[in-house]
Amino acid sequence: MTGKLVIENFKHKPMRSLLSILLIGVPVTLILCLVGLSYGMIEDTQTRQRSIGADILVRPKNSSYLTLNGAPIPQELVGLLARQPGIKMATGVVNIAAEGITLGAAGINFAEFNAMSGGFKFIEGGPFQRPDDVIIDDFYANQKKKKVGDTIKIHNVDWHVSGIIHSGMLAHIVMPIQTLQDKTEAVNKVSQIYLKVQPGVRVDDEIQALKKLPGFEDYPIFSMEEFAALLNIGNIPGLQPFIMVIMGIGVVIGFAVVCLSMYMAVLQRTREIGILKSLGGSKGFILQVILSEALLLGIGGSILGILMSYGAYWMIKTLVPASLPMVIVYRWWPIASGITLAGALLGSLYPGLTAAAHDPIEALAYE
Amino acid sequence: MNSDDIIQVRNLRKIYRVGKVEVPALRGVDLTVRRGEFLSIIGPSGSGKSTLFHIIGALTPPTSGEVRVADQDLSKMSDADRTRMRKRTVGFVFQKFNLLPNLTARDNIAIARFIAGLDPKPEPEFEEILKVLNIGHRLDHKPSELSGGEQQRVAIARAIVNHPAILLADEPTGNLDTENSAAVLQVLRDLNRRLGQTVLMITHNPEAAAYGDSIVHMRDGRIIDRI
Repeated sequence: MTGKLVIENFKHKPMRSLLSILLIGVPVTLILCLVGLSYGMIEDTQTRQRSIGADILVRPKNSSYLTLNGAPIPQELVGLLARQPGIKMATGVVNIAAEGITLGAAGINFAEFNAMSGGFKFIEGGPFQRPDDVIIDDFYANQKKKKVGDTIKIHNVDWHVSGIIHSGMLAHIVMPIQTLQDKTEAVNKVSQIYLKVQPGVRVDDEIQALKKLPGFEDYPIFSMEEFAALLNIGNIPGLQPFIMVIMGIGVVIGFAVVCLSMYMAVLQRTREIGILKSLGGSKGFILQVILSEALLLGIGGSILGILMSYGAYWMIKTLVPASLPMVIVYRWWPIASGITLAGALLGSLYPGLTAAAHDPIEALAYE
Repeated sequence: MNSDDIIQVRNLRKIYRVGKVEVPALRGVDLTVRRGEFLSIIGPSGSGKSTLFHIIGALTPPTSGEVRVADQDLSKMSDADRTRMRKRTVGFVFQKFNLLPNLTARDNIAIARFIAGLDPKPEPEFEEILKVLNIGHRLDHKPSELSGGEQQRVAIARAIVNHPAILLADEPTGNLDTENSAAVLQVLRDLNRRLGQTVLMITHNPEAAAYGDSIVHMRDGRIIDRI
C-alpha cells in the first residue's frame, strides 16, 4: 500500500518527478564518464604498449612511468643495447604530446619498429615516403576527417599523411624519428627504448643484466608486463582524489535535488499528511512514505544516469575517438548509484522529518 | 459514570496560546455519550465544538480535565498513544471530505485499513455497507472524478471500515447541496440505527442536528443545553 501511495504521488506531478530524476542522474553520469575515461586511457595505453611486441622498456633517468618529458636518452644507447648478447633487437622512440595530454604522437625508425611489432596494418596508403610523411590511425583520421594525401598540422608543422592504420599500436600519430628529432630539437635523442630478448632468454634475468651495464644503473628498466601493470587508477597521482571529489559532488547534488524536490512535495501535500495522521499514520509511516519516494527518485536517477553515460560514450566515440578513449566500467554502476542514493536519502530526511512532525489539526486546515 | 457511556468528559478545559496570549477554547465541559447514540453538537463559530471534536478524536491533548473514549483515558496519553488510538477507535468525516487525491476511492478506504495494521482489502460484509452508501460502482475513481456527495460517502466508508468505537463527523454536509446533504445525513442515521454505530456530529445547521438522537448546544466554550 505504501508503494502504491508513493507511485501515485510520483505520477501526480510527473514533470517534477522526471526533472528530479534527470538532475539526480547527472552526477551518476559524471562519475561513470570520469571513471570510464580514466580506465579507457589506461587500457588504451596498455594495449598500445603491448602491441609493440617488445619485452623490455628502458625509460629516461628520473622519469615517472606515466609521463615522458622530451627525449633525453642518447640515441647511441639503442645500438649499445641492441648489441647485448641477450637482446634480439632494439628500437628507440620519440614521444610528443600532439594535442593536450591524451593524444600522443611517436617518432619511429620504421624498419626497426616493423621488425619488432610485426608491422602496421594499413587501411589506406602505406609507409613513409618523404621526411615529412606521417601515418595516422583510423580514430584520428575519423576525428579529423583526414585521408591519405591530406596535410595535418602538429606543433605548427605541416605533415603529409602517407597512410592510415588500424588503431591500437603505439600512438595515434606516427612519424619518422629523424624528422621529429629535428623538429623538436632532440637530435640523436630518444624518449624511450624498446627491447626484444633472444628466444630462450628470461626477461627478468636480462633486465638484471642490463641494470649492471656501466651507465645504466639509474635508468628505469621494466618488463613490458610490469610496466603495463603499473598503469592503473591507483597509481595515477591525483586521480583517486579527483574521483572522490566528483563522487562528493554527486552526493551533494543528489542531496540538494531531493531535499528541494521533497520539501516542495511535503509543502504541497501538507493536507494529505494531515489526512494520513488523522487515520493513525505514525511519524515512522509518514517518514517511510517520504523516504520511499526519495528512493524511487534515486533509483530512477541512477538508471537514467547509466543510460546517459552510454550517450556520452557514444558521443565521445563518434566525435573524439582518438583524443578521449572511454570504456563502460560496469563494476562502477553500483558504486555511482549507491553514492547518489545515499545523497537522495539524506536529502529526503529533513523534509521527511518535517512532514512527520506536522500537527494533524494544522495540516488538515492547510489550504 | 455508566458503563454504557462510550465517551465521558469531565471538566474539560483547553487553552490555546497565540503568541503571549492565552485563548480559552473550552471552559469546563462535561459530556457523556452512550454507546450507539447519535449525538449532534450545535453552536456558533468559536463556541468550542471543533476543539471538543479534536480532543475526543485524539487529534490534540486537553489542557486539563478528564476525557475517556472507549475506556481509554485521553488526558494521560502521549502523542504516539493518540496516534495509535486514531487507527481503530475513532473514524473521522470532515467537511472537506479529506480524501487522498492521488488514490482511488477503493485505495482511500484500503489505506485506512493498512495504517491500522489490517489487510487492506475490507471484509466481505463491508460490501453491504458500500451498498448502503451507494458507492460500490464508483470505487475505482479518484476523488476528482466523484461528486461532493460521493466523496463524502467514500469518506464515511473510510471512517467506518475499521469498525471504530465512535464516528466523528465535523460539518459533514457543509460542502454539499441540499439533496446530497440529506443523503449523507440519512446514511449516518442508517449506520447508527442498523449497525449501532456511535456518531458524534458537529454542525451549525439545526436541520442537520435534528438527525441526532440528542442535541448539545455549545457557546463560549461551554455546553449550555442538551435536548
